[in-house]
Amino acid sequence: MENIDLALVNWSRLQFGLTAMFHWVFVPLTLGLSFIMAIMETIYVRTGNPEWKRITKFWMILFAVNFAIGVATGLILEFEFGTNWSNYSWFVGDIFGAPLAIEGIMAFFLESTFVAVMFFGWEKVSKRFHLVSTWLVAVGASLSALWILVANAWMQNPTGMRFNPDTARNEMGNFWEVLFSNTAINKFLHTVSSGYVLGAIFVIGISAWFILKKREVLFAKRSMLVASIFGLIMSLFLIVTGDESAREIAKVQPMKFAAMEGLYEGRNNAPLVVIGLIQNPDPDTTQLNEKEFAFKVEIPNLLSYMAFLDPNAFVPGIRDLVRGNRDQGIISYYERIKRGKVAINTLAEYKEALRNGDEVRSGMLRARFDDPHWVNTYFKNFGYGYYDDPADLIPSVPVAFYSFHLMVILGGLFLIVFILTAFWVLKDTIETKRWFLRVAIWTIPLVYIAGMAGWLLAEMGRQPWVIQDLMPTLAAVTKIEASSVQITFWLFALTFTILAIAEVRIMLAQIKKGPKDGGK
Amino acid sequence: MIILSCSFNHLTVKKNIFQRVFYFYYEGFRSMTIGRTLWMIILIKLFIMFVIFRLFFFPNFLNTNFDTDQERSDHVIEELTKPSNDYGKH
Repeated sequence: MENIDLALVNWSRLQFGLTAMFHWVFVPLTLGLSFIMAIMETIYVRTGNPEWKRITKFWMILFAVNFAIGVATGLILEFEFGTNWSNYSWFVGDIFGAPLAIEGIMAFFLESTFVAVMFFGWEKVSKRFHLVSTWLVAVGASLSALWILVANAWMQNPTGMRFNPDTARNEMGNFWEVLFSNTAINKFLHTVSSGYVLGAIFVIGISAWFILKKREVLFAKRSMLVASIFGLIMSLFLIVTGDESAREIAKVQPMKFAAMEGLYEGRNNAPLVVIGLIQNPDPDTTQLNEKEFAFKVEIPNLLSYMAFLDPNAFVPGIRDLVRGNRDQGIISYYERIKRGKVAINTLAEYKEALRNGDEVRSGMLRARFDDPHWVNTYFKNFGYGYYDDPADLIPSVPVAFYSFHLMVILGGLFLIVFILTAFWVLKDTIETKRWFLRVAIWTIPLVYIAGMAGWLLAEMGRQPWVIQDLMPTLAAVTKIEASSVQITFWLFALTFTILAIAEVRIMLAQIKKGPKDGGK
Repeated sequence: MIILSCSFNHLTVKKNIFQRVFYFYYEGFRSMTIGRTLWMIILIKLFIMFVIFRLFFFPNFLNTNFDTDQERSDHVIEELTKPSNDYGKH
């Protein structure tokens, strides 16, 4: 790898980001809408009121549009792993392959079987069997998401594996440790609950449009009631899972945690920045490309509490992580870079010894990879060895800070929307709140932005890592021509744009038709 | 097996399980309205993804360029153990 082509790395990242974000346009609505439909159908089965069947069938059509256009878009990510990220694909071994295989099988059997019953089964199967199918579609969709999120969580916090220097692959040591790591649990719960919130906001927004148009008002109010109560419960759950996620990030990805708060100097009783504006220092004399706040509003002690459930706790800043902090037991990035180089050189020397037939030396070097102390001290810093300047190990602070705060602020807005919707629907005054109905419609794009901001924080906030501490993005990429990645990037952009336009047009047409007989 | 117990209004009870499942899907697809458009989109999309993208633009790099797992792992190890100054800034 003579001077890695940064254009290649950046185009590969851009392409993956585009694909993943496009895929995420469809997934959360599938997750959220499926549960809302299941609740509506449950009310229908319990009350026998055909109006609820009509309501369920209308939302099922929008679910179908979203499902059909979104299905299989995630497969492109798997193509990209093999073509653009071959070093990474090889290195992760069966850790990534196993969850993705389970996801594929589950998605195929659960969704293809029960989605068919859900759409084709009205009047053909019993009410209860149809209801069970709808619930299984909802549960199956979330369980499908589980496996890919487990794989992503492993990249954020690699655990439950051992590295095999003979194959250069990580091998699954403990499947349950991978599946039930705190990072995986938090990632799954927080991500799917964000999808549930998105589904609820979507239903409220569309229903608001019907009320503003003075069409299908009863349908709209009933839909709003279900969505607002569901959304309210899920928003509260989202706050809990978000809080847990933040604590986990503080523990396993302290650099991301510091970046998302723009915290350079670690401290006890660290305040949480509620809002702030980041700027470059003038003059910039820092060595770490540091930023500063033009202004900020803080809540004292809250960051310490959020990170460690202790308002007096020490929260390490970016400088502490780079330069080390002996009092807090933090090893500097300079030291970790040295240890990483030792790990990389050990792997290179081991292969060299094997090539030369030096059994004594190769056996000695091989044993290091089985020694827990050596693995913890050196191999766990493997990725740091690719760098010389610790400044390259700091993610973009503005991206991490703004995406985190945007996500949290919008999450607060959605909570208010759910409370007000439920309150005014129950008081039967929602029709008079025309300003609020307009706000509800405009909240739909905002909930998508909130979801994207969450993923930006998760993925950009952990740069330069593709696998935390083990593999940086630049070592993961396949050495191919940057121009070929550019071509596929633009092909994807074109295809995705066409699909997105088709989604919006078909969905708008169905919404305008309204809940008639439900259709198919 | 659950489908065995389903009641079909318009099918004779003499049809076996496979025929019933077949007709369930067949009639379902036949009676679709918006669903036809969606299936068309799905099929076109799958064609673009699996035939055009996969075949012409997304070969599996390691499978295409190396014959055995040993060669693949040797290649990746060589890539991963290049001197660090060969890597640029991210």
